[in-house]
Amino acid sequence: MKINTPAPVVKKIGGLVAPFIGLILVISLFSLMPEVSERFLSLANIKSVATQSVIVALSALGMTFIIISGGIDLSAASNLALSCVLVAYSINLGLSPLIAAFIGLLAGGLIGLVNGLLITKLRLVPFIVTLGMMGIARGLAKWIARNQKIDAPMTWLNNLMIRIPRPSWLLLSPGIWVMIFLAIIMAIVLKKTIFGRQVFAIGSNELTARLCGIRTDRVKIMIYTLSGLFCGLAGVMEFARLTVGDPTVAMGLELDIIAAVVIGGGSLSGGEGSISGTLIGVFIMAFLRNGCTMKGWPNYFQEIIIGAIIIIAVALDKFRHRQE
Amino acid sequence: MPETPLLVLKKISKRFGPNLVLNQVDFKLEKGEVQALIGENGAGKSTLIKILSGAYSLDSGEMFISGIPYHPSNPLDGRKEGIAVIYQELNLAPHLTVEENIMLGQEETRFGFIKRKERRTKIKQVLEFLHHSEISPEIQVRKLPIGARQVVEIARALISQARILVMDEPTSSLAKEDTRRLFEIIRKLKAEGVGIIYVSHFLEEVMEIADQFTVLRDGQVAGCGQMAETSLEELIEMMIGKKLSELYPRLPHQLGKTVLNCQKIQGTRMSGRISLELKEGEILGIAGLVGSGRTEFLRTVFGLDRLKDGVVEISGNMYPAIQPRLGIARGLGYLSEDRQNEGLAARMSLSDNLTLSCLRPYLRWGFLNNRKQKQVAADWMDQLKIKAQSPEQKIWTLSGGNQQKVALARLLHQQAKVFLLDEPTRGIDVLSKAQIYEIIAHLASERRAVIFVSSYFPELLGVCDRIAVFYRGQLVEIRPVEEWTEADLMKAAVTGKESNYDRK
Repeated sequence: MKINTPAPVVKKIGGLVAPFIGLILVISLFSLMPEVSERFLSLANIKSVATQSVIVALSALGMTFIIISGGIDLSAASNLALSCVLVAYSINLGLSPLIAAFIGLLAGGLIGLVNGLLITKLRLVPFIVTLGMMGIARGLAKWIARNQKIDAPMTWLNNLMIRIPRPSWLLLSPGIWVMIFLAIIMAIVLKKTIFGRQVFAIGSNELTARLCGIRTDRVKIMIYTLSGLFCGLAGVMEFARLTVGDPTVAMGLELDIIAAVVIGGGSLSGGEGSISGTLIGVFIMAFLRNGCTMKGWPNYFQEIIIGAIIIIAVALDKFRHRQE
Repeated sequence: MPETPLLVLKKISKRFGPNLVLNQVDFKLEKGEVQALIGENGAGKSTLIKILSGAYSLDSGEMFISGIPYHPSNPLDGRKEGIAVIYQELNLAPHLTVEENIMLGQEETRFGFIKRKERRTKIKQVLEFLHHSEISPEIQVRKLPIGARQVVEIARALISQARILVMDEPTSSLAKEDTRRLFEIIRKLKAEGVGIIYVSHFLEEVMEIADQFTVLRDGQVAGCGQMAETSLEELIEMMIGKKLSELYPRLPHQLGKTVLNCQKIQGTRMSGRISLELKEGEILGIAGLVGSGRTEFLRTVFGLDRLKDGVVEISGNMYPAIQPRLGIARGLGYLSEDRQNEGLAARMSLSDNLTLSCLRPYLRWGFLNNRKQKQVAADWMDQLKIKAQSPEQKIWTLSGGNQQKVALARLLHQQAKVFLLDEPTRGIDVLSKAQIYEIIAHLASERRAVIFVSSYFPELLGVCDRIAVFYRGQLVEIRPVEEWTEADLMKAAVTGKESNYDRK
């Protein structure tokens, strides 16, 4: 039999239709409101939204892998806060910004590694393990920062997230380029490497994956460590944006991160998801928050709307799979 | 005047998109009658049952219960009219007790404010009627063996005063003893006037228990009548629409060197030690009751369960059976008995399931060549006649027989030398079974080795060169197939004793 299936591009787009429509809806909604439409659709605003979403996007790249594998990571936001604090702390100690950034990254990876080890070796449920780690990481961050924000001198790190980049030919801030670059790489890893296939397999059916010779424990540890590294990087970016090490930053952000993956088509029972879907999810929420702020709506509106969207996204997902 | 039939279905038709799944199907069931509903997968049996229960709506046709027109709009209507369906997967909540499960959904309608004691007494009565008074109503269902769980479902149907009981593949996970008790229950229900529709692939059993039969093929009735007036061959021919020349093909094959040697091995889940030798080109069957340790043995050899003691040698080289990955690399192929939960990943595509254990060949500069992977899967689909629209189709949409062929294709794709098959033909249609027997025969003629675990003696006798019998984790006896009869196999499996003399 010769394969007569439609070109892979068409198939891929098929699964992304729903999130994409969601994005168009959100943008149209705010574009149609007279008071804000001009500002909303301005280039400056779009760049601002993109810059703000870098942090959630980076964390969501790693979270995508975790959710596809059937796990979850509630410690993502605490992880990035800890990284943020560590970067500030290291710079204050006199270390070079590069080393400081590296330390932030490493700390993130370490937290992810511990998560992975606890989940695989002790056979504990990811929800509970990362819930505990959420508290531990946040606590550590507050401890190191002595419950304050750590001021740090300006370094080139702070240029990573500024809206008007220097040199100006970059057009977008370096942070956004890093996000785009890593997103493309992760998308390729997910779809075209054996590791990516193993991640999907474990999420679809861990027993089958094991039966087929996949070293499920090893792969899971790698996934959580990788996600930890992404959170660490997000922490570095957060520091770059804030210029201080704030242990209370990103409180509750793990929900945004997880929501982005789910809105983008990731199923919480595993086996499904994509990087492009996750990015669309990130942008939906970023534009939503941006539009609400522009309209002057209070913060709680945003929370209610985002909560409603998560429920709708999961319900749509259930509906899509109703025959199974 | 003849009595009104309990159930009459007239010219039922149902279409799903472009597929005409049921085409003018007639069906009649009398009170106190057991009627077998037979057909290959995809013939329309489950659709018919779902229409009967109210889960699906019919496009055209009529249904009558005791002469009164019956139009259910949902399964609850069906239950109210006295139709109970017991599915193969069993709809029980494992963490609830027997009593809670039986009363699930019926608390208001049947008992209102009746005290707990009376309810429990009623349940005990029903369980006693079913000859299973040893099942305590307070025990959690997940602690019960599968035979007992099925009885709980039947009890639930009886308490809801079902008049028509539909049993979908009731014996596919039962051992002979449980099946015997089930048949006793069915006969008792018959005496009470309950009409039973019995759907099963095990034609020998169906011939034993059913009075009437209806054969469906491609959505139409291919034959119906009295069971006593037909034969196994006739039933099979009606099912597949053509003459089946031979169910168990035998190809000439020679035995070669020893390819698998297990010396006193014991895995973490094995209760005893097993020593066994397997030669190239040999088909070794392993018979035994459910729980005799056959699955645990295969899993230990493959490396899914850790090897605690003893030595496994593959082609003379020691094999540390600790990981499936190593087993696959050394040429072992394992087919799980739990096809749905372990053997296959339901939501992954056919091609992914097929190639998952051997992805390296598709790497090109570190990246997977998805196109090549799908083409290879398509080739296997052709070779094994796996009915699916494309290699990208998700596995859960395939029939049981086709799913099993995909699981087997995975082993062939791995180019395994030793095939460890655990119940490869359980719960699949006759035609797929025949194809699998053919594949096994080919493997032997190609000098590969096969271990064939099965609870169905006729197929072991028809396919294997030697048959071993396990009992409570021990190897009881192993003989060439010519020296076994079904009775001997049964005796060895049930008593654990070697024939001709007692083993202490």
